[in-house]
Amino acid sequence: MSDAIVTLTDATFDESVGAADTPVVVDFWAEWCGPCKMIAPVLEDIAKEHAGRIQIAKLNVDDNPNVARRYEVMSIPTLLVIKDGEVKKRLVGAKGKPQLLEELAEFIG
Amino acid sequence: MSAREVIIIGSGPAGLTAAIYTARANLAPLVIEGLQAGGQLMLTTDVENFPGFPDGILGPDLMSKFREQAERFGAEFVTADVAEIDFAASPKRVRVNGHDEFARTVIISTGAQARMLGLPNEQKLLGHGVSTCATCDGFFFRGHNIAVIGGGDSAVEEATFLTRFADKVTLVHRRKELRASKIMQDRAFANPKIDFRWNSVVTDVLGEGRVEAVQLRDVETGADTELPVTGLFVAIGHDPITKLFVGQIDLDDEGYIVTRSGTTATSVPGVFAAGDVQDRVYRQAITAAGTGCMAALEAERYIEHLNHAAVS
Repeated sequence: MSDAIVTLTDATFDESVGAADTPVVVDFWAEWCGPCKMIAPVLEDIAKEHAGRIQIAKLNVDDNPNVARRYEVMSIPTLLVIKDGEVKKRLVGAKGKPQLLEELAEFIG
Repeated sequence: MSAREVIIIGSGPAGLTAAIYTARANLAPLVIEGLQAGGQLMLTTDVENFPGFPDGILGPDLMSKFREQAERFGAEFVTADVAEIDFAASPKRVRVNGHDEFARTVIISTGAQARMLGLPNEQKLLGHGVSTCATCDGFFFRGHNIAVIGGGDSAVEEATFLTRFADKVTLVHRRKELRASKIMQDRAFANPKIDFRWNSVVTDVLGEGRVEAVQLRDVETGADTELPVTGLFVAIGHDPITKLFVGQIDLDDEGYIVTRSGTTATSVPGVFAAGDVQDRVYRQAITAAGTGCMAALEAERYIEHLNHAAVS
């Protein structure tokens, strides 16, 4: 995984997301999830290309069930865009890069 | 304008097998793998019936091996959906990512996708209890009661898989017997966590913000009942992905591409179809791969024929 992507855990979630000065896209994923693997390279691209404007973060739901439960994630991949501590957008299911960039355009600025 | 020899649309077992064969034949295929790259196997867990893997293999792992093998021989990949095609043009035109690609032959292996119930609340509650991927989402239903809709292999397999997590799985089927294979049925009937609701269809998904119940109608008596569940998994069959080709090649009344018996040839010379997009009978990874191989060999022969005609 590239350095451009932050790995979050139940323990670090609040502090990391709270301290971010850009919108954070949290990718809820797991090892067994095929569509999660499909979007992983897309998210890496976006993280590299838009570094500084948007932060991409990953949270493994298998190891970190508490955050997933708190945000009522019941399907993966789910992407939550969090800004100022609030969920601004919720995207469920795998999407391609153009589609994802379109969904994130308002946050990338 | 330079035309390629082969464009392959789709990247499941059919498309990637066609890619391996055409790449090894030095035809430098362009694989437009689509946003759902890897196809339906990306949504499964253990594949136990693909020859060569005696201990089984995970669907996504199998597909990444297919892809690696195609890449090794020089197949080129584009991860996007095709926007438009023109098979009347010569060479054939395929529009992707905002620009046109041209090729002398096209292999269509766009596959099939899971059918949904088509209820308004189903879309609204997607990701909030309604799931299209049991292997992805089963985990979130640990200790819950859930429903699986359907009576074929995929429904019974999903129901069985979901008992790893759920307390109770109710399999809802519109007939009074399953269509699934004997071995799958036996597993399901022997599973104490699986209940069956026969002769029943889903008429509504109930809940505000999350699934709380499904409304079922008994197709014999017409009586409506509510089944309280927090999860709904739909496995009522598949539809071929052929919207792109309407009016360009012959499709049958269910939308499958019509191929000439014993071949992968479509109604347009130089356009071949392989895998679930033209298969309403077998729909297996191995049969998809088999027809992908056929399409590659037929495309190769077609190109040789064109080259020969140009010389003589």
